[in-house]
This record gives sequence, C-alpha cells and structure tokens, in this order.
Amino acid sequence: MLQWLPENVSTFGQGVDNLFTLIYWITVVVFIAVMATLITFLIKYRHREGHRAEYIEGSTTLEIVWTAATTLIVFGLAMLSLPQWNKIKSPTDFPENPDVVVQVSGKQFNWDMTYPGPDNELGTDDDLELENELHVPVDAVVHIRLTAEDVIHSFFVPQLRLKQDALPNRFIDVWFKAIKAGRYEIPCAELCGFGHSGMLGYLNVHTQADYDAWVKERWPQ
Amino acid sequence: MHDNEHASHHHEESFIRKYIFSLDHKMIGKQFLIYGLIMFFVGGGLALLFRWQLAYPEKPLPVIGASPQYLEEGEVVTGVDKMWERIYESEKEEWLEVNMPNGVIEPAFYNMLFTMHATIMVFFVVVPILVGAFGNFLIPLMIGTRDMAFPVLNMLSFWLAVVAAIVMAIGFFVPGGHAAAGWTGYAPLSSDPQWTGVDWGQNLWAISLLIQGFSSLVGSINYITTIINMRAPGMTFFRMPLVIWSLFIVAILLLLAFPVLSSALALLIFDRLAGTTFFTATAEGGGDPLLWQHLFWFFGHPEVYILILPGMGIASELIPVFSRKPVFGYRSMVYAMIAIAFLGWIVWGHHMFQSGMRPALGSAFMTTTMLIAVPSAIKTFNWLGTMFRGSIRFTTPMLHAIAFVSMFVIGGLSGIYMANTPVDIFIHDTYYIVAHIHYVVFGGSLFAIFGGIVFWFPKMYGRYMNDTLSKIHFWLTFAAFNCTFFPMHILGVGGHMRRISNPMQYEFLQTFEGMNIFITMSAFTLGFAQLILVFNFFWSIYRGKVAEKNPWHVNTLEWEAPTPVPHGNFGQIPTVYRGPYEYSVPGEEADWIPQAQPEHVPATSGD
Repeated sequence: MLQWLPENVSTFGQGVDNLFTLIYWITVVVFIAVMATLITFLIKYRHREGHRAEYIEGSTTLEIVWTAATTLIVFGLAMLSLPQWNKIKSPTDFPENPDVVVQVSGKQFNWDMTYPGPDNELGTDDDLELENELHVPVDAVVHIRLTAEDVIHSFFVPQLRLKQDALPNRFIDVWFKAIKAGRYEIPCAELCGFGHSGMLGYLNVHTQADYDAWVKERWPQ
Repeated sequence: MHDNEHASHHHEESFIRKYIFSLDHKMIGKQFLIYGLIMFFVGGGLALLFRWQLAYPEKPLPVIGASPQYLEEGEVVTGVDKMWERIYESEKEEWLEVNMPNGVIEPAFYNMLFTMHATIMVFFVVVPILVGAFGNFLIPLMIGTRDMAFPVLNMLSFWLAVVAAIVMAIGFFVPGGHAAAGWTGYAPLSSDPQWTGVDWGQNLWAISLLIQGFSSLVGSINYITTIINMRAPGMTFFRMPLVIWSLFIVAILLLLAFPVLSSALALLIFDRLAGTTFFTATAEGGGDPLLWQHLFWFFGHPEVYILILPGMGIASELIPVFSRKPVFGYRSMVYAMIAIAFLGWIVWGHHMFQSGMRPALGSAFMTTTMLIAVPSAIKTFNWLGTMFRGSIRFTTPMLHAIAFVSMFVIGGLSGIYMANTPVDIFIHDTYYIVAHIHYVVFGGSLFAIFGGIVFWFPKMYGRYMNDTLSKIHFWLTFAAFNCTFFPMHILGVGGHMRRISNPMQYEFLQTFEGMNIFITMSAFTLGFAQLILVFNFFWSIYRGKVAEKNPWHVNTLEWEAPTPVPHGNFGQIPTVYRGPYEYSVPGEEADWIPQAQPEHVPATSGD
C-alpha cells in the first residue's frame, strides 16, 4: 500500500514516511494475527453434533496481558512521534535564519503568494504578489506565513508531507526544505466553497542558479 | 411511577393511539426503525449521486442525464432530452436546472450532496436506529419492565425526530440550496451566506439539528431513568446484558454531548441571522473560527462513540448466543465501554491537529487518542475469547456479528494512523479519513444493525425474516462494502483529498481514475444490495414464517415475553436469578439457562 505514497521531496518527509511504515507493519501484523485467530476459531469451534461449548467466563491474566501490551505499544508510538511532530510544526523548533520568507494567503479560490522583496519586509513597495505560483530554491529553508482572507483553507503539498490550515485573521508559520527541484501541486485540502475542487497552486522548486535568475528577473536592481 | 394494573388489563386502542401517537415503547422502537430505514435510502441515494460525479466527472448522470447528441449539437434524441428542453424553456428557474443542468452535477450541488449524505446518515439513520429503535425496543424488555419511565416523553422524542426530518427535507428545496459546508459545518464557511451562497438551507440545517437534539435529549433522560429505576427484581447492574450497558452509557453521552452541539448551533444561527460574529475573526474583534471546531468536536467525538457503542453492545449479545458460551470477561467488557466513553471526552483535538491549534496541544491529544486503542483491543480480544472453545452456529445474525468484529478491527487499526500527529499531517482531509469513518460506522455500526434486525425481528414482528434473502443480503453487502471502502485507504495514501468534486483536475491524482470508477461500481452494488434487506423486511412482516417465543434459545428477558409482545410486555414481571450469558453451564442438560429461571437443585447427578 505504501508504494502509493507520492514521492517525498522534503527533509522532514522521510521521518513521516518512516512512522507511516512502522505503523503500517504494526497494524498489518496485528490484523493478520487477529484474523488468523478468528478464522481458526470459526473453523475449529464450529457447531458439531454432540459437541458442547466449554464454559469459560474469562481470564484476568489475559485481560491484564493484552491491556498492558496495547498500552505499551501505543505509548511507545506516541513517544516516537513527538520529536517528528515538533520538528515539523512547533515554531520554536524551526531552523532559524530562513533563506526565503513568503506570505501565502488562501482566498476563494486561489493561493496568493507575497514575497517581501530585497528589504525582507512585507507591506513595502518592493513586495511581489503572485497568484498560485510559489518559487523557492532547492535545499533552502523556506518559512511560510500562512493566512486566509475569507474562510478556512488548507495548504497541502503532498510531496512535502506538509499540510496546514490557513485561517482568516491569523498568521501561522510553517517551514520546509525541499531536496529535489521540480513543480509540485498545492491543492487546498479544506472545504472552502463551490470552487474548492480545483483550487490549486504550484510550488516551483528551482536549482539555486535558476532561482537566482528568477530573483534577478523580478527585482532588477 | 407506573401503573402495573393498567398494563395487565388489555384494552383495545384506537388506530391512532396504537400506530401513530403510540406510547408503547415497542411501537416507538419500530417507528424509529422504519424512520431510520427510510432515511438510510435518502442518505445512500445522495452518496450514489456524488459517487457518479467522482468516477465520471462532469458527465451526465444515467437515467436523467441528457444524451451526447443533445449536449454536443442540441439535437433532441431521447425523452430525457425533451425534459431538459422543457426545463430550459420554462420561465422560472427549475430545481434541476440550477443543481444539475443536463444531468451533470454542479460543484455547489456536489458540496450539498456530501454534506447532506453525512448529516442524514449520522443524525437520521445510525443514531435513530441504534439508539431510537434498539434502545426503545430492548431496554424495557431486557431489564424486565412494562414500559419506559416516561412514555409521553418517549412519544415526543419520536415526533420531534419526525419534525427535524421534515425541516431537514425542506432545506433541499429552498433558494440557494441546502447546507453545503460539510456535515462538520466549519465556520466561517457555514456562518456567513456570502461564502457559499447558501442562505436558508444552512439555517434549516442548524434548526433541524437543534430539534433533533431535543429529541435525543428527551430520549436519553428516559433511558437513564428507566435503566436506573425500573429493573426487574434481581436484575442488578452487573446482571444487565451488555447491549443495555452500551445503551445506558450512550444515553449519558447523548445527554452531556448534544447540548454542546445545540449551543454551537444556536451561536451559528445568531451569526447568520442576527449579525453576531462568534465564529468570525473581524477587525473589530469578536470571535474565532476555531471556536466552532472546538465546540463541534467536543460534541462530535463523543458522538462517534454514540454511533459505535450500541453496535458493540449488539455484537456482545449475538456472539455468546451463537457460540453457546458466556461472554469472555463480562466485567472488563463493561469497564472497557466506560473507558471508551470517558476517553471520548478528551480526544476531540485529534480532529484539529492541522487546524492551527497549538502544536503542544496536538501532542497531548495524540496521547489520549492512542489510549483508545486499549479498551478497543480489550473488547476485540474478549469477542475472540467468547468464540474460543465455543460451539459456533453460523446464523445470519452471527455472520453480521463476525463481520462487525472484523470490520471494527480494520476501522480501529486505521485510526492509529490518524491519531499519530506526523502521519496525520499527510492523511488529514484525505480519503484515508473517509475510509476510516466508514469502516467504523458502516462496517461497524451498520453490520451490527443488520445483525440486530435479523436477530430481534422474530420478537418485534412475531415472524422470521427470510433466511435465504438475509444471507444473500449479508454476502453482497460484505463484499460490496469492502470493495467500496477499502480502496479509499489507498486513495488516502496517494493524497487524494476528500470533498473535491473532480479529482481529474489534479495531476497527482490522475492515476486514481480507475480506482474511483471501481469504488463507484461497488457503491452502486452496495446500494442495490440494501433493496434486498428492505424488501425482505417488509415482506417478512406480513409473510414471514411465524416464529416461536424463543427461537435462538437466548437467556435474556426479552425472550420470556410472549410473541407478539403484548402491551405491558410481561404477564408477571420476571425475577432475575443470574447473569445474562449462562450458556453451556456444566451439569446442566440444556446449554442455556434463562435469566428468569428459578434456582433449582440439579435433577440428576453423575452426568
């Protein structure tokens, strides 16, 4: 099933995929074990003439065993997941000094990208606004200031393993570092109205040289 | 509280008192059952409409869609083309023209379809059947009393649900269409008409759910009171059948959870009609869109357990009966249900991991959510333990119970992926979630409902359902269900977002076209399989084989009552001498001892 995952192109994506794989194998093993037990019981203990069920009310030992085992597994999983989660979502854990900062704003039914320009400040004359096109260099830390103008949208880049809702009147920071150049889709993942289906932007990950050329073209000094 | 004398004197009731404004818990239960089955077809029909659009985006629907010749050249070929011609020529805006011109589903109409599919299935099908029908029918019979504590409230509960359904139905035909902000109704999409163009549809949606809330509230008070106060002599709490435990716990959840939704709905109505801004962040201050999500899911997560706990209860009845064994770990089954109900209150944030809620809260909610795996595992292992060394009879209700356990295992295991915050970043808002909820609520609750209907039908209507039809219905449903919903896990892993009307607009989803077509075909099969159930149900009410009093040899009290069960249920209130699952007791000749059978010295020794 995991081969259906889109290719991962972010630095933290592998961590997500590893957890995905781990949970996949845990659940597959549990599922097969439970189903095998069930089917064995169904065959072995099917009704036969002259054969009576055995009166068993339960077993405290077994109850304790499976309660403890399940608790241990889920706590173990939770502990393994915490660092990954913080790495991706917790602003205090973000890599500092981003190479690129962009404000992304969802509005029915487009993604507005605002680059602060050479002065690194939003709301000044050298800002650049682009509709549905996000340009970043490869192997660079990108910070995105995510917001929305009308309703809730959700910024989703499947290949980055990144998803974050964008809320009106609130700014939420997300980050990523892409490791492969290419053009990736940015669908909106939260129902946002009749144009939700097809609300689609593009993330253009350029090589450093291409990105520099793009910057030069946009802001010729 | 209740006049036993009155009940035992049987008197003729008028048609209206008996079949319409009935005070009898059994009739109200049957009313809820038929209500739920009707709504099941409405909700399912809506799903088939949008499944068509997902498989064949922008293509006209079968039957009511215009022909290709008409679409391309305006040439009227079929009778349906003629209908469309007439609609376009008419002066006023016809409903079909607005929502599906030429039989092609418009994106706004698509949003309405899935919104109403979920709303109807959750609030008008699963809860009314599990809680309204089984709760009403089973509680007084299984605890050994003559009726509910408050029969008039009980009647009110049903008729409020009818009013709610009518209000909800009107919403389909108001200008602007019905609610289209998802069954979760996230603000500000839902709280301001300018974002969807939906005007009174969303208002009626909220008002209808408010009324449905009152119906649930009235019902749950009744259930709790009845179970606490009216158990037969000897029916201690720990001699109650597990389905009664589940309904008792669910009634408490409903009592506490629904008012939260009602408050949120009231605020939503104020936002829409009175210009307040509870759920909108404006420059002047005011509210917050996340407030809606917190309120909705604080109700919504207990609601999910309201949908599954009675299913667990029903499975816990069927498995011991048809394994001829006591339920394995009765007390731990009860404690597991209490634990699920308790944990249900502190996990709502797992619906909001990507909402912008503080990430530290996400970690806390991940931990509590994963803990739910523990009581779920306990229940599953206990069901397996019940079958261990049993004498399993593969009756139709048992097949449904086995399907319930298997599907619940898949639905439970898939929940672990979403509970895990980093993995949820990817699969949140994808078809993985859709797969999970359908494995729990369809694979879980609905299989339990089907099993329960076949199992209690002889007591409800005094006749058997046709077993061949029941078995065909089971196998078709089981196969079509898995073909419909299992591939949705794969769509989710591929990143396929939910709630999009046309996946072909996205490059990374092109590869899923074939899978979407397969799912749609399976969904149609699943839909048609349900016609068998309904035909069998209504046919058997009149033509089924007449059933004896206790055809499955069950211990619990409902089978002590004569069939058909008279007004007042029991001639004399039974006394309970033992727990509900005393099957295959050593030293007993029969492999079952009814709860109401007095203690006796074993007749012969040395067998």
